[in-house]
Amino acid sequence: MIETIAQYPIIAALIALVGLGILFGALLGFAAEKFKVEGDPIVEQLDELLPQTQCGQCGFPGCRPYAESIANGDAINKCPPGGQATINAIANLLDVPAPELDAEHGEEADVKTVAYIREDECIGCTKCIQACPVDAILGAAKLMHTVIADECTGCDLCVEPCPVDCIDMLPVKETMKEWHWPAPPTTADLIASDLRPQL
Amino acid sequence: MKTWVTPGGVHPPENKHQSLTLPIGSLPLPEKLLIPLSQHIGTAAKPCVELGSNVLKGQKIAEAAGPVSVPMHAPTSGTITAIEHRPIAHSSGMLAPCIEITSDGRDQWQPHQGIDDYRHASASTLLAAIAEAGIAGMGGAGFPSAVKLNPGRKRPINTLIVNATECEPYITADDSAIRERAAEIIEGIGILSQILGHPENILIGIEDNKPEAIAALEPLVKDSGISLVSFPTKYPSGGEKQLIYILTGEEIPSGGLPADIGMVCVNIGTTYAIKRAIVEGEPLISRVTTMTGEACGINRNYETLIGTMVSHMLEHSQFDEERCSRLVMGGPMMGFSLTSADVPIVKTTNCILAPSHQEIPDDEPAQPCIRCGLCAEACPVSLLPQQLFWYSQAGDQERLEAHNLFDCIECGACSYVCPSNIPLVQHYRHSKGEIQKARAEKVKSDHARQRFEFHQQRMEQAERDKEAKRAARREAAEKAKATAAAKNSDAPSDNKTDAGSAADIIAAAQARAAARKVSPEQQQAKFERSIAGAEMRLQMAEEKLAEADDTQTDEQRNILVAAVEAARQKLEQARGRLAEHLKQHNGEQVD
Repeated sequence: MIETIAQYPIIAALIALVGLGILFGALLGFAAEKFKVEGDPIVEQLDELLPQTQCGQCGFPGCRPYAESIANGDAINKCPPGGQATINAIANLLDVPAPELDAEHGEEADVKTVAYIREDECIGCTKCIQACPVDAILGAAKLMHTVIADECTGCDLCVEPCPVDCIDMLPVKETMKEWHWPAPPTTADLIASDLRPQL
Repeated sequence: MKTWVTPGGVHPPENKHQSLTLPIGSLPLPEKLLIPLSQHIGTAAKPCVELGSNVLKGQKIAEAAGPVSVPMHAPTSGTITAIEHRPIAHSSGMLAPCIEITSDGRDQWQPHQGIDDYRHASASTLLAAIAEAGIAGMGGAGFPSAVKLNPGRKRPINTLIVNATECEPYITADDSAIRERAAEIIEGIGILSQILGHPENILIGIEDNKPEAIAALEPLVKDSGISLVSFPTKYPSGGEKQLIYILTGEEIPSGGLPADIGMVCVNIGTTYAIKRAIVEGEPLISRVTTMTGEACGINRNYETLIGTMVSHMLEHSQFDEERCSRLVMGGPMMGFSLTSADVPIVKTTNCILAPSHQEIPDDEPAQPCIRCGLCAEACPVSLLPQQLFWYSQAGDQERLEAHNLFDCIECGACSYVCPSNIPLVQHYRHSKGEIQKARAEKVKSDHARQRFEFHQQRMEQAERDKEAKRAARREAAEKAKATAAAKNSDAPSDNKTDAGSAADIIAAAQARAAARKVSPEQQQAKFERSIAGAEMRLQMAEEKLAEADDTQTDEQRNILVAAVEAARQKLEQARGRLAEHLKQHNGEQVD
């Protein structure tokens, strides 16, 4: 045996390589089992980027299903509450060009809204409670309902089921705590030798 | 004493002499005072007076709401004429909750008294008095002093730093206060030292552009254990972190507090207010505010009541609106423009600046960045202002944070040196706000996700419960049907159509088994009852037969006789069944 190997050193090389191949193959196989990733991490990441209004404007029953759909190759511009910022973030994550928001699913709102129930008109039918995806409406059958404004995502879903149309979507007023400095005005590109423009 | 030199910094014209020609003055009592409920960092105070009630000077009108909050006190005696949202000095121009007091002109104090023998009072007593006096840091940030002076046992304080730097141009509030009230300030430092358990080092940091103030303090600090450290003037040396570095050479970790390295830094104006609160028992209802700028005929410092309108101050300072380019609250570097003069002075207002058009002209339009690097040289925190500017324009929040945007102290040195007039600090402020907003939204969306997932889970659980109930009901219905079928099959009229399914057969069998399980005693009673019934019926039939003897025809009589006979037979049958049952039952017992 040893003589044969000494005679044909190529056999030694072959044995060594095949041995190494088997060893590393086993190692990789073991690692793949041992460190198996549960779930689809890209879905988690996409879900993180979506605004979690659960409004269903994308055509999916919530943000996570849409995230799953994007992971399976769906268009990334179906989320009006997230707007262009969310599209850009997703495009960045998936390394694809960022399209404009698909107008079919709605327009990006300038201001955030929150549902408000005109309590005098509420008949206590509980239909809005069933529609709310985040359990932000409080009430019981034949008793007045009200929206917990802090929990409301402004998804709009409670407006339609209301049989007496007593739900309004009100813009959220900015408080002093939330206020922050606006961006400084962008001026035309001037150079020092330009005259000061007549403002 | 050795001092350290901070990186960067600028030397803008100081313009401090204008307001130092006159001593600290006082303004005529304003007719109306407006006290915002939030003049400090933390939760806004909660009003504790009612509309129309009369208050005395120094009376508490709003309670501290929570641990990081301060109460508010009436700056003069009068009537509460409004508790509502009013414009205050804030860059947003938004309305904020305020209490308005209409002065009664008497300026009558409520009875007040300091802590007797405060030198032997415990730290907690002193801290409580400071909190009750509504003192918040008067250097600018407005952090509640009682909270700052109580860093907890885990962070022992070895150095107390008193900030008398006042590095911003134009402002002389601290300078004039030291000149006139040095003894009281030193007494205040004594109180602070007592609260902090007599730290090893007590340092007063002061820039060398205030020789009179230094001269006033020097004889008082001799042999008192307090070191008076003067250092070369440079903007911004008065920032807490900068001053600590200049005096001790130590740096506060990013995002940390001075207490993390065993230090506490207190503004000199706050020290004075603490002395008044402890020794005289006076709450914080007034402060020294500089009124300066070329648009004002009189430049000086005033002991101003908190809640005095800026317009009231201007009125008594020969203000010329024509000449004024803008109204600034604070200094020219870090202050902000006021859109209206009808806003009140608050606990943190150290200066009202009314510059002329020559003094501070309108902002030149920004030109493109030429990458000169002057901003990086000027930055006192050694940040990279150019990079921050690019990322800020691009809205790249990740990179902004990576470049430590939040360590920026917004001193304005970079904007000051920029040859292209780029309002760098405004960009940074905007970006900071955007990042904070994004963080808040992230928290909110995570919360919404959690609620949605819980909702989803709850709906599924409800669906499962409903399904389970439905299944249970179905089963019960089937059982009931089966028992009914079993009963029917017991009866002579056969309902064999139902018996097709195996389940029905089983159910019927079960029902029969259940029927069979009636106890022998019950069975016996049943038989006895049927015997009694049959006896009664027989008796009745016999009676009828007896009555009918005379009147009835033969045919009718035959029917009655037959009925009697039938009743007798039934009675016989019943007796026979009972006898059989008894025999069977007894037989079982015998077996």
